[in-house]
Amino acid sequence: MERIVKDQVQSELDKYANQDLYIHLETTNGAYATHNSESKMNVGAYIRNGKIRYERGVITGNGPHRVGLKMENGWVYAEGLTDWELDSEGRLLLAGHDELGRLAVALEVSPQPFRM
Amino acid sequence: MERHVLVVLPHPDDESFGAGGTIALHRQAGTPVTYLCGTLGQMGRNMGKPFFATRERLPDIRKSELEAACAVLDIQDLRFMGLRDKTVEFEDPEILANRILAVINEVNPTLIITQYPGFAVHPDHNAMGHATVLAVAKLPKESRPPVHCMAMARNRFDALGRPDVVVDITQTSKTKLNAIRAHRSQSEGLLQQFESGQDMAAKRRVEQFLQQEMFWLYPFED
Repeated sequence: MERIVKDQVQSELDKYANQDLYIHLETTNGAYATHNSESKMNVGAYIRNGKIRYERGVITGNGPHRVGLKMENGWVYAEGLTDWELDSEGRLLLAGHDELGRLAVALEVSPQPFRM
Repeated sequence: MERHVLVVLPHPDDESFGAGGTIALHRQAGTPVTYLCGTLGQMGRNMGKPFFATRERLPDIRKSELEAACAVLDIQDLRFMGLRDKTVEFEDPEILANRILAVINEVNPTLIITQYPGFAVHPDHNAMGHATVLAVAKLPKESRPPVHCMAMARNRFDALGRPDVVVDITQTSKTKLNAIRAHRSQSEGLLQQFESGQDMAAKRRVEQFLQQEMFWLYPFED
């Protein structure tokens, strides 16, 4: 992955508009958050291989970045994105890593289902 | 000396961090070790430091890291259950238990190592430990091998008392460290903190990992 270049990601988001896609969206602060610091709580959520179709996708912010995908009946949103990759299978991978390189948020779209 | 040791844990690296020194001692004594690993750690948050994994490449990376760690520990029988990271607690525990029981019946272990259900912090750890003790409970009482559980919860000493088994692993600490190192995507950050010597908490944590391993005997009720 490389640091996000906003224009490049925007042009990939544009290419994926108005087509059926599979999405992977997650956020986490790790299963040990409370264990390592009692003042924290474990939070996390993910959806993998949800089917979506968006009419407008926008990346914004000065880094870390935000992405919003506007669908016919709703929105998908992710915040804290720092790195991106268009992988060999044509999937757009966006991720937010903290200062220790740990993944804190991921937003990925693919024309094919993600591997389970 | 044991005849056969079965290790049942959910994530690639659980074996090295929690029981790597003990496993290496068993292998040095010539005891066969089977490792039944639940998932490929697909949802791990550590991606190397600097990170080199992506969410989509992580399962392949963690699988090959585990194979390398097993080579270091000399585990020759590594098996995967094909579960998905962070979902083990949502699976049917009876089905998991029966799958584990089939392996128990096949390898006929004299010792099983797993996580202490309810005291293992990560929901996957608790679920895998629970399925393992369910499996063992299905055996007639007289043919149950002892189950040695790792416990990480903060209240473990208050709730469970002192560990029943404390293994001095200084003899195999180098092997354990190399096994942990093999799990590069997961351990690189921690080991950098350890080796820099500046983060005292990280240094103490790793030093403790390399001195002894603690296990609690699971108390079956009947």
